[in-house]
Amino acid sequence: MSTTQEASAGRRARADERVAAVGLWRRLLVKPELGSLIGAVVILAFFSLQSDVFRSLGGVANWLDVASTLGIMAVAVALLMIGGHFDLSAGVMTGTTALTVGIVAVRLDQNIWVAIAAALVLALAVGFLNGWLVTRTGLPSFIITLGTFLMLQGLNLGLTKLFTGTVIVRGIADAPGYHSAELLLASTISVFGQPFRVAIVWWLLATAVASWVLLKTRFGNWVFATGGDEVASRNVGVPAQRTTIVLFMTTAGAAWLVGSISAVRLTSVQANAGTGQELIYIVAAVIGGCLLTGGFGSAIGAALGALVFGMTQQGIVYLNWDADWFYFFLGAMLLLAVLTNRLVRRYAEAARR
Amino acid sequence: MSAAAGDRPDVPLLELRGIGKDFGSVIALDDISTTVRAGQVTCVLGDNGAGKSTLIKVLSGVHRPTRGELLLDGQPVNFGAPREALDAGIATVFQDLAMIPLLAIWRNFFLGSEPTTGWGPFRRFDSAQAKEITRRELGAMGIDIRDPDQPVGTLSGGERQSVAIARAVHFGARVLILDEPTSALGVKQAGVVLRYIAQARDRGLGVVFITHNPHHAHPVGDRFLLLNRGRSMGDFAKGELSREELTAMMAGGDELTELAEELERPTGR
Repeated sequence: MSTTQEASAGRRARADERVAAVGLWRRLLVKPELGSLIGAVVILAFFSLQSDVFRSLGGVANWLDVASTLGIMAVAVALLMIGGHFDLSAGVMTGTTALTVGIVAVRLDQNIWVAIAAALVLALAVGFLNGWLVTRTGLPSFIITLGTFLMLQGLNLGLTKLFTGTVIVRGIADAPGYHSAELLLASTISVFGQPFRVAIVWWLLATAVASWVLLKTRFGNWVFATGGDEVASRNVGVPAQRTTIVLFMTTAGAAWLVGSISAVRLTSVQANAGTGQELIYIVAAVIGGCLLTGGFGSAIGAALGALVFGMTQQGIVYLNWDADWFYFFLGAMLLLAVLTNRLVRRYAEAARR
Repeated sequence: MSAAAGDRPDVPLLELRGIGKDFGSVIALDDISTTVRAGQVTCVLGDNGAGKSTLIKVLSGVHRPTRGELLLDGQPVNFGAPREALDAGIATVFQDLAMIPLLAIWRNFFLGSEPTTGWGPFRRFDSAQAKEITRRELGAMGIDIRDPDQPVGTLSGGERQSVAIARAVHFGARVLILDEPTSALGVKQAGVVLRYIAQARDRGLGVVFITHNPHHAHPVGDRFLLLNRGRSMGDFAKGELSREELTAMMAGGDELTELAEELERPTGR
């Protein structure tokens, strides 16, 4: 510990000679969503200048649509990451819930709402199991959810084949109650004569609710604390285990929403739906400022991360570039984000002994 | 709060009677007895491995004692979780684990006991009030924080300990357990923390101050419990022991004298 630090600590009660050190730059730096906001603006400007389809209303509706379902998941995954955990089963879970909706509605001849409710119960049960196993065993969530990921992947294929004889569930549009479900999950809203997918509204809603919960409620404080230092938060009375389990159930719940949206919109579900998406959710959350080590991040940042994804994916298509560039671009964004986040952490822990 | 114990000065706030704790075949603590009174500081001294940490964990509800009795206001108590001890007014400031570094000061201050406003699903963390109270409470302890929104990680070690102490005082702690709050600090910062300990004491709290440094313990302590290898080497009142005796007992007397001679010349102190 330096002598200047000690000297200033002694005088701390009176003079605030270190105020100047906390400048505007550092204040901004500790806002987790800053990086993703800059990234989103840069990418928006870049593709808008290059492609008029991209900046047309139709183009906007298109890339917002891509960003929306991704964003719902990214926001939930961000909460979980802030809480200090990963969920590798999040991607395949969107497939599991979509398949459940399809199989219960088509093969078991139920009302679509019954099917959607069944999928919710299943999702929350798996989420609970993930959280319970992680808190009980103390094993890394990476390993636990890798296990559930593979199990669900197998179940998705096995059960779909068992129920349909193929690897696809079709005919969801014929289920009773379909039209009300379509209205809520898969309709479009017309803005300036351009139809926008209703999923965009769900995405904005999910971001708003997640951000509010994170920043304005007790639970949000517990999420930050559990991810920041689980032992310390338990010591001051934070129900860390309950917080973790609720977060896993939230991710599963988001997967249920996304699964239901895709089942109702596409009216058919592939048995391998959603697989591989889990890493994209994590990348979006990291671009949004979430630290891989937990305890820091933002729901709005994750939503912006998803927006970056949506814009890049569609922008590359509009520019007629090879789709391979998308992954190069993604990797570069991820690296940039991780390096920025590292700076933030170093700053925030600067005075640690 | 602290008035209850103040009315009956004869009954200690917290009393340990023959406390023991085993981990399997290892006897981590055996037959530990001492008292903590309101407005006094009870120091627990011991070298590494003396059982200080185990004792704190018993007092703060992390571990249940295997033997012996814990009395709060003369009534036997049995804590199953840190929350229960906290609710009974026993607050513990753990050495390195008092704060979440990446979390803002005001969020840390109210962590686990967040004030809420609103109703039903709109019940929220009252951040305006939380920031205001944080600033006020820290001010009352003589800690002038620059910005309650800054992450705790940007504070110095002494400041962080002080914030943790202020937090415990605010939440109506009657017994404050401090786990080596000065051990990792420089001389001046340790002095700052010792001053806050004295302030907490003057506000009527019973303080349990765990340390291995007799020079920190002696000036603020009213009672000294010395531990060695899980056993008590004695429980003394302030007048019964000089600083030199305390230091000598801590280090095992002769051993220290030898060590002092061995070290004196090279360091020149």
